[in-house]
Amino acid sequence: MSEQRHGYFGAFGGQFMPETLMNAVIELEEAYNKYKDDPEFVRELEDLHKKYTGRPSLLYYADRMTKDLGGAKIYLKREDLNHTGSHKLNNVIGQMLLAKRMGKTRVIAETGAGQHGVATATVAALMGMECEVFMGAEDCERQALNVYRMELLGAKVHPVTTGTSTLKDAVSEAMREWTNRMSDTHYVLGSVMGAHPFPMIVRDFQSIISREAREQILEAEGKLPTAVMACVGGGSNAMGMFYHFIPDEGVRLIGCEAAGRGVDTEEHAATIAKGSVGIFHGMKSYFCQDEDGQIAPVYSISAGLDYPGIGPEHAYLHDSGRAEYVPVTDDEAVDAFEYLSRLEGIIPAIESAHAVAHARKIAPTMSKDDIIIICLSGRGDKDVAAMAKYRGVDLHE
Amino acid sequence: MSKIKDAFTKGKAFIPFISAGDHGIENTERYIRIMVKAGADMVEIGIPFSDPTAEGPVIQEASTRALSTGVKIHDIFDMVRRLRTGDDAVTVPLVFMTYLNPIYVFGREKFFTLCEEVGISGVIVPDMPFEEKGELGTIAHKHGVEVVSLIAPTSENRIEMIAKEAEGFVYCVSSLGVTGMRSEIKTDIKSIVETIRKYTDIPVAVGFGISKPEQAEAMARVSDGAIVGSAIVKIIAEHGENADQALFDYVQSMKQAVLKAGA
Repeated sequence: MSEQRHGYFGAFGGQFMPETLMNAVIELEEAYNKYKDDPEFVRELEDLHKKYTGRPSLLYYADRMTKDLGGAKIYLKREDLNHTGSHKLNNVIGQMLLAKRMGKTRVIAETGAGQHGVATATVAALMGMECEVFMGAEDCERQALNVYRMELLGAKVHPVTTGTSTLKDAVSEAMREWTNRMSDTHYVLGSVMGAHPFPMIVRDFQSIISREAREQILEAEGKLPTAVMACVGGGSNAMGMFYHFIPDEGVRLIGCEAAGRGVDTEEHAATIAKGSVGIFHGMKSYFCQDEDGQIAPVYSISAGLDYPGIGPEHAYLHDSGRAEYVPVTDDEAVDAFEYLSRLEGIIPAIESAHAVAHARKIAPTMSKDDIIIICLSGRGDKDVAAMAKYRGVDLHE
Repeated sequence: MSKIKDAFTKGKAFIPFISAGDHGIENTERYIRIMVKAGADMVEIGIPFSDPTAEGPVIQEASTRALSTGVKIHDIFDMVRRLRTGDDAVTVPLVFMTYLNPIYVFGREKFFTLCEEVGISGVIVPDMPFEEKGELGTIAHKHGVEVVSLIAPTSENRIEMIAKEAEGFVYCVSSLGVTGMRSEIKTDIKSIVETIRKYTDIPVAVGFGISKPEQAEAMARVSDGAIVGSAIVKIIAEHGENADQALFDYVQSMKQAVLKAGA
């Protein structure tokens, strides 16, 4: 294999940042390389995960779901049980420990569904750092509870009204703010995207998901799973779920994209299914866009998957054929949201419900010797009001 | 074809930016002619991008307005072709300012072939740093188009590397943050420009935050010219299709200001 270009995964990735931020990302990479294997840094990270995040997260055997689907055995990797209710804390704690060592006193973050913003606000409170979160104005409305949670935790939330007022605009605005002030400020990017070194750093911090899951499944079943699956927006929980299984060639890696109202409509966020290669938000990857390279307005019921791009390592795993990416519609995700709630007593985030929905499709076609692990990336409490609305139930007085 | 360096032959240069298609591509064409008549030494033509991450609100809004008219990259090339032909052809250098994605997705070969054909001398791409300039460099050069490098107040140890390979002119970014008018520019531009000049002989122009004649004069005093974007875009936003006189007066006053710096 030819040597990998610095900061690239195959043809994807890179460091497409304005010159003003180049020294900031270079400084970040140097700090990360200095500390990632530093025993004191590793000890502090593991200690916080054990005592604050609540790791290791459970690998739960979904007996009723398995019996109902009548095929592969279903396991759920319970990232929803982490403190703050999603996998986002895995990355945030790592980046914030790094930011502290870099002498930063202020952090900024983008957020879609609000999960990453809440995680960042939480750790900022824990570490006594100033925190500002950029969130699309439309998402602020969809996820009003998370806006209040962030404020409660001491963060300042900036509703972003440019563009489509969703996640991509929140990322753009966080990048603009970082350009304005980087000497005391670290940008806690929430997914495996953006300019190098972010996709690598976020993947490394999220890879704890597959590190644990691989050990847990070997202990429970004495063998590796047939498939692991996760929802994909930018792709951080999926990268975390895939990473330690990549060398296990027999394990299928399946990413579930948001197909919104269907990939044959204009209203979806299915980047791999419908996108093309471009360069945006610091990275070369797949994007939903037109023939002039204008980024398309995307849509998903899930604010966390409502993003027109995908992390560069996913683009690479797709092109190399190592991972599969499948579209899942709003309807399928909402059905799966209700299905898991009723069958297992677990209310999944609407994002994670996309992966549950795909498992419902493929598990019945597999044998009882097969094993599927679904990354349950977050809890669904934040989505209850939106799901009620989707079903025509008015929760307001 | 005119080269970027030609812009710096009539004293200190004044370089306005315009967002192509803002209030219609016909108006953009007329406004470029007016700015050149008023003394603009080169014009930066912005190809609007849906998500311009290096721009402040003024140029973001102009890009949105432009795209809402349905303007396509092909329309912008057609406009440049019209500017370059006929008795009243514009002869000063014209450069494109845009993001990597429109060029990459439109097709790099096709893009630079058209640049050469219609008479575009260079491109300014704020999301393509030194490390990634291979994305455009080779193809652009094949078609005689120069790729302008930006140097920022945070570039520090990177200045030597960037300046040594810079072509056309060096775009010196005056301030941290995104584009937009600033009441005060606090960066020590003089010392940054002096550092740049240790490594290159090509002209250095300063942009970001400049709107008033006094600022342009101050920047031109320590460099080879001043670049103004948001203030121009704001005049067009305010006057719409009737910005002719206001634009002419503004550009003329700015050119006079930079000339004063060279006197």
